[in-house]
This record gives sequence, C-alpha cells and structure tokens, in this order.
Amino acid sequence: MKERIGVYICHCGGNISDYVDVEELSKMFHKEENVVIAKDVMFACADSNQKDMVQDIQENKLDAIVVCSCSPKLHLHTFRSVAARAGLNPSNYVQVNIREQCSWPHSDRPREATVKAAGLIRAGINRVSFSESLEDIQLEVKKSVMVLGAGVAGMKAAIDLAKSGNEVFLVEKDFFVGGRIAQKDKLFVTGQSGKQIVASLYDEIKKQSNITIFTGTSIEKVSGSLGNFHIDLKVKPRYINGKADKQAVKRAMEECPVEVPDAFNLGLTKRKAIYKNYPEALPDVPVVEAELLKDQPDFTAKFASTLNLNEQEETISLIVGSVLVTTGYENYQPKEGEFGYKTIDNVVTLPELNRLMELNPQKLVYNGKEIKSIAFIYCVGSRQKKGENKYCSRQCCTSTIYTSLQLKEKYKEMQTYHLYRDIRAYGKQEVLYTQSAKQGDLYFKYEDKEKDFPVVEKVGKNTIVKVKDSLTARKELEIEADLVVLVTGMVAREDSTHISELFKIPIGRDRFFNEIHPKLKPVETVIKGVYIGGTCQGPKNVTESVQSSLAGASKITALLKSGTVAVDPIIARVDTDACTWCGKCADVCDYGALKVVEVDGKKVASVNKAVCTGCGICAPVCPENAIEIAQYTDKGIESMIDGFMLDVQIQEKEVNADEVQDENAVGMKEYPQVWKEILAGMTDEKNTIPQIIENSKLKGELVTYHLMTMNKYGVVVPAGMDQKEEYFYYKKK
Amino acid sequence: MATTATTSQETKLPKILVFSTDKISDPGIDQAGLRKIHYSPSVYVINLPCSSGVKPRWILHALENGFDGVFIAADGHECSYSAKCPEHTNTIIQTAQELMKEKNINTKRIRMAAVCSVCAEPFASHMENFSKILAGIEE
Repeated sequence: MKERIGVYICHCGGNISDYVDVEELSKMFHKEENVVIAKDVMFACADSNQKDMVQDIQENKLDAIVVCSCSPKLHLHTFRSVAARAGLNPSNYVQVNIREQCSWPHSDRPREATVKAAGLIRAGINRVSFSESLEDIQLEVKKSVMVLGAGVAGMKAAIDLAKSGNEVFLVEKDFFVGGRIAQKDKLFVTGQSGKQIVASLYDEIKKQSNITIFTGTSIEKVSGSLGNFHIDLKVKPRYINGKADKQAVKRAMEECPVEVPDAFNLGLTKRKAIYKNYPEALPDVPVVEAELLKDQPDFTAKFASTLNLNEQEETISLIVGSVLVTTGYENYQPKEGEFGYKTIDNVVTLPELNRLMELNPQKLVYNGKEIKSIAFIYCVGSRQKKGENKYCSRQCCTSTIYTSLQLKEKYKEMQTYHLYRDIRAYGKQEVLYTQSAKQGDLYFKYEDKEKDFPVVEKVGKNTIVKVKDSLTARKELEIEADLVVLVTGMVAREDSTHISELFKIPIGRDRFFNEIHPKLKPVETVIKGVYIGGTCQGPKNVTESVQSSLAGASKITALLKSGTVAVDPIIARVDTDACTWCGKCADVCDYGALKVVEVDGKKVASVNKAVCTGCGICAPVCPENAIEIAQYTDKGIESMIDGFMLDVQIQEKEVNADEVQDENAVGMKEYPQVWKEILAGMTDEKNTIPQIIENSKLKGELVTYHLMTMNKYGVVVPAGMDQKEEYFYYKKK
Repeated sequence: MATTATTSQETKLPKILVFSTDKISDPGIDQAGLRKIHYSPSVYVINLPCSSGVKPRWILHALENGFDGVFIAADGHECSYSAKCPEHTNTIIQTAQELMKEKNINTKRIRMAAVCSVCAEPFASHMENFSKILAGIEE
C-alpha cells in the first residue's frame, strides 16, 4: 500500500482546465490521505514540469505518482521515464486520462466533467496505492534471425538484417527464390523486370557470408520463444547429383520424357519433370520430380550419374532469436463460371495475361487466335458482396493500367476496355491512369451493386461483355472482346493457417496475418520476437511490401542488438496455493504460455514468462480465481471501481489572484520554457506579435498559440492595436 | 475557473462502467473525445489489454457498488491476441449474467459490442442507447 503519493493535474494549456476545475481538484486531493503532493500544472509534459516532478519525488520520498492529463497513449512513456529518472519504479505510476475521456467529450457539461474527473483521479490514486514495483524480464537473445519466404520482401529484409550483423537463415518453400515477383515482366516505376530484381537481390545475398538460404524447405516444428526459438526445418531433396556435370544436367532436362502443366506459367504451358521455373531461376540447380520418373527406367538409367533419386529429406534444427514472416500471398482463383471463367474459352485472369504477354513477345496469341481487343473486369475476388473477401486488394487497379500500357507498347494495335467499380491509382500511379486514358483506353464505370456487375456471354463465336455504364445513365453497352481478363486480387496463402499454428500468429478476418496495431505497431505481432512483412499481412504493391519487411528487419535488429531483451513484466501469474490445475487456463491460451508443473507434489499451472503476452484471457476462466495479470489485479481494478463512485461537492468559488497559494497545492512553480522565451522577447512596453517573433526567434505559430494561453492565465495582457490596425499589442502583466 | 460541481446522482444519469482495450476500443473512445463527440459524463472507462480478460467478479463488484450498468467495448474480430476473442468475451458475459441472476440483478445491466479504434460515433451511440435502456429498467 502506497503512503506517499504525488498527484499532478494538468491544465494542458486550457484543453482540460477550460472545462474541468483543476485548481479545485488539486486542492481537494491535496487533503487526501496518503497524498503528499497535489499540484495543478500548466503542461505536465513540459520539460520544466518533468524536472519538478523528479525533484518532488526525490525530495518528498514519493513512493507513487498519478499524472492526470491526456491519453496514456501519448505520454505513458514520458512519465514512466520521469519516474525512472527519479529512482521510482515506473510501475508505481498511473496515468489518468482526463482530457480525451473527460474534458473534451464533456466540454458541453463542465460541472459534471469536474465531478467525473474527481472520480477518475480518485480511481487513479486507489489503483496506484496497490501498485507493485515490477522489473522488466531480461531475456538473453541470439543474434540470429529466420526470414520465412524468399520473395522480394524476404530477400531484401535478409540482406538488411545480415548487413546489420545478424546471422540470417532465409527459408523458402519453393525450390527457387523470388516468389511472385519472378512471374512479373516489367514493373512500374523503374521498368525493371521481376526476374532482374530477383537476380540482383540473389547476387547481393551471395555476397553476404552470414546468410544461409534453404530452398524447398518447410517449417516442421517450432518451440521456444523470443531470443531462443527452436525451429525444425524439413529440406526436400532436389535429386540432382551435386557433383554432376552441368552439361549433363542440361541434357537430362532436355531429354526428360515426362511433361506436366507448368505451375510457374499458371498452367498455360508445360514443363519437364526435371525443371527450373525459368531458365535464369536461382539457385541455378534444377529440380527433379522423382515421382514422375518412377516409370521411366531407361531415362533414369541413362542419367544415373546425373540424378540422385535416392536422396533423402533432411531435417535441420536451428535456434534463432527472432523470426520475420514474409510468406507472401496467392492470386485469387475465380470460381468456375465466375464472369465466364473456365466456362467461356477466352476468359483469363490478370496474372495469366501477364504470363501470356511474357511468353508472346511478338503478337499476343491465346487459344490459337491473335488477341487485338481485351475487356478487363476489375475487382474480381475483391470487395465481394457475397464472398468473404470484403477488402480492396488495392494494387490490382494500377497493375491492370500498367499492363494496359504495356499491351499497347508491345502489340501496337491493341484496344482495351476497362470495366471498373472505382479506380484506385494513388500516389505516383495516378500518372499511369492519365497515360492510359490519353492512349485511348476506354473506361466504363458500373455501380457497386451485384445486379449491375458485368455479364460475360458467348454469342456464336464472339465473346460479349455487357455492362451498365454509370456515366451514360446506366445504359447497357455490349463490348465485343477477343479476350476477357478478370482483374483478380490477392488472397492469403492456404498455408498461412499452418504458419499461424506453428508460430501462434493471429489471423484476421481477411485471413492475412494480423499486426498488433495497423498504425502504431504495423509489423509487430503479439508473439514477442515474431514480425510480419510484405503481402502475408495484406495486399501491397512491391514498394510497400519491401517497406514493411525492411521495417520488420529494423525492429529485429534493434531488438537483438544488445544480446538481451527487456520484456514487459505485465504478464499472468499463478497463485499456486489456490490453483488446483484444471487446465482451463491452458485451453484458452493460444500461445501455450501455461503448462502444468508439480510444486511440492501438487499439480499447478506455470506461466512461461517469455511467451505470455499478458492478454489476460486465462484469468476469467480460472474457477479458483488463481490467476491475475500484473497491474490488473482484483484489488487494483476493484479499487478503481470504488474510486469512480466518489461523491464530490465542489463549491462555487471565485479565484482570487492575489490569494497566497499553497505552493504544493496550486499553481505553476515555473512557466514553461517557451513562455520564458516569449517573455524574454518582449519589452516592458507594448509589443506586436511580429516584434515578439523577431526578438524571440521562435516560430510565428508557436508564439501566437502560446500568447493566447498566456493571456488567459494573466501572464500577458492585450494592449490595443497598432496604428494601422494590423496587429494587437501585448504587454507583460 | 469558478465552478459548482454537482454529483451524477443529481443529474440522474445512469452510471456506466466501460471495460475497453488498450489497442482497439480505448483509442476509439479517445477519438470520441478528440472530436468532442459528447456522451454521458457518467461513463467511466477502465482499459485492459483484451476484452476477454474481464473478470465476471469485477462486473458484479461494479453493479453491487453503485454502477447502473457495465459495458464491454470488445475487440471483436479485430483482437490481436486471439481469433476466438468474441467467443471468450461472450462466455464472460454469460458467466456474469448467471452471477447477476443469483443476486437478483437485471441481466440487461450488462452489454457488449465490438468497438474499433476509430469507432467514435458508434461508441457515443452505444452509450446513449445503453443509458436509455438502464433508465428504463424497473427492478
């Protein structure tokens, strides 16, 4: 129980004190038992006030502080740091939000806002009375990182991590690196092909001695936690003799008698059972699909020294400090009959068209017919009315427009029609949209209602797309096209569920991995030490993918830098006397943080400190009430509830400026630094704002803003206008 | 500033305790304040890491000690801790309602809704509706 508490109530300029009587409250709480200091301060976060707080804590031997100001999301760390500087454990500080959750929403009822603030502050004092000194949990961490997925996001992040001194294991499920980007031809803005980017990244990776690449590799088992993840990998064999002559390998590829649909070309072509995704694919070693050669004894005998069909899978165990997941996305696969897909012979998806374009450098041919007109239908599989994909895939609009520009550049006489709900060509990509419109591409907007969606029909040998064009009063137009292209978006990978189960990464409703907070913790997951980047988190273009994976890499480097990590001590703890081990807590914990252990012959729950996220889900399910979360104890929460019930009567009182004030109860001991600078920039006579700005060398808007508040608190007074009536004069009071 | 403060009892506004969450619903409630969207000043908020961490005994404690209603501003499917958060929170509500029945407390005094990090208007609207429900309860 804390007995020497300091309470600081902030005016926040006037943001709080315009509606809440902070002076009255500070007087009221000054009289509270166990409250040694209660002050109202102009800006609690100001440097000068922070210094005062440090001094107060040290001089008055405070054992806890309550800061009543803005949302803890803004200044929690500021005041934790103040406490730490004063030698007070930061857990013995409570922030009370009397701005966003009191003065502002109740600015229409200032008297009731003051009553509410009193209750909030009382609750804060009650809570801090039961606070405990908690120390961060120190964990030793290995300076090694596993990057899952060697697409552009993973490769770039791996390089960055390696250059920052980490040992990196880059794990790719496919036998070749590059991911989806290798399937792209020219890319906006640079015009480089995806394959060129992959080659340059691979070249850079090979220069880093501290990156190990595993291809054809999947994750089998994960245990451990931040700093020491134990991960088992399963490495599939390539079935190529490592010592085989390169020419012999090449001949084996050429002479291989078995062909199957080529997944890299989305089934548009066939490939051999010994293959590379594309001739320059990396690593520069083909792969044998051994199953397909089972019935080819002559062929395998001929190349017996080249192939190694007895090669076995390998299991490798690694220990890493942190994990960056960049496993990418899958293309949405339209259902049979969706806009004629698979039921009408010349309907393809955008990724299929992109492959076709690369495979047809001279003229675009599909099903033996030269294509001279294309109708694109946007938002297929995105923004679904009936399906589960409610989100916008956001990169497909510009990908289509760029494809349209490439079509015209490559095949000259190509006419394209774009049937869209909305075009989302943000940032620099808007230039592409303008270019496309200028080159004669025709855009037809249809309503975002299912009944207005385009219809694809086969009329004789012709393919017709019917659309109700919004810009011509929803008149139905019929467009004849040689090829209909469905602009499909990104969806989460099928295997994300497997990765999610292994690493316990939460999955969102859109089935992509979930970050902690989209704005404030955009690459962090609730699993300590596990980060996400690129399109496994949601649709992104290449630039955005790389940005997010590099953000993850930077976070990991900062995390592992010192070899130890301080983990937040706000986690679950078990009262082993009360626990009777029923296992309910372990059942609801998605992270496996609770396990049964034996203490003095009794089975009880035990918390893995490194794994526990402090979510508290385990606490309410305990029938013995044996679990609580540090800082969210029954005593703490119930005392807050009691505090809210505080019944106050604050009598009307005129503030007398000349009244001698109790220094500990009311008022600023010192003006904020910026006020001092403004006052130093003023003469004893009248001053216009431009004069003060010039003398103080402060920014104009800063001076203007603070003069208003200084006037309100009687530090300066208005003194009429200048002769031209351009500016008000201000005078020191 | 000179003021006369009155108690919430004088204004007859039902007193509501809200359990919010650090990362999802509390920022939404903050945003209501930031945008000066008004709601009842008899609404008090305790924020927790996750709405599935609310103990039924806290709900009972509030209802037995002067609060007219308890509202859980849940993470819903946005929860970054558990995909099953809505189910867990729902179980907590059910358990609390059982306890409330045992103590002859009207089960309408507890309410839950998902509140996201930008749900400023929906939060204010939930508070208005809940206040009306609570004001209409006759024990």
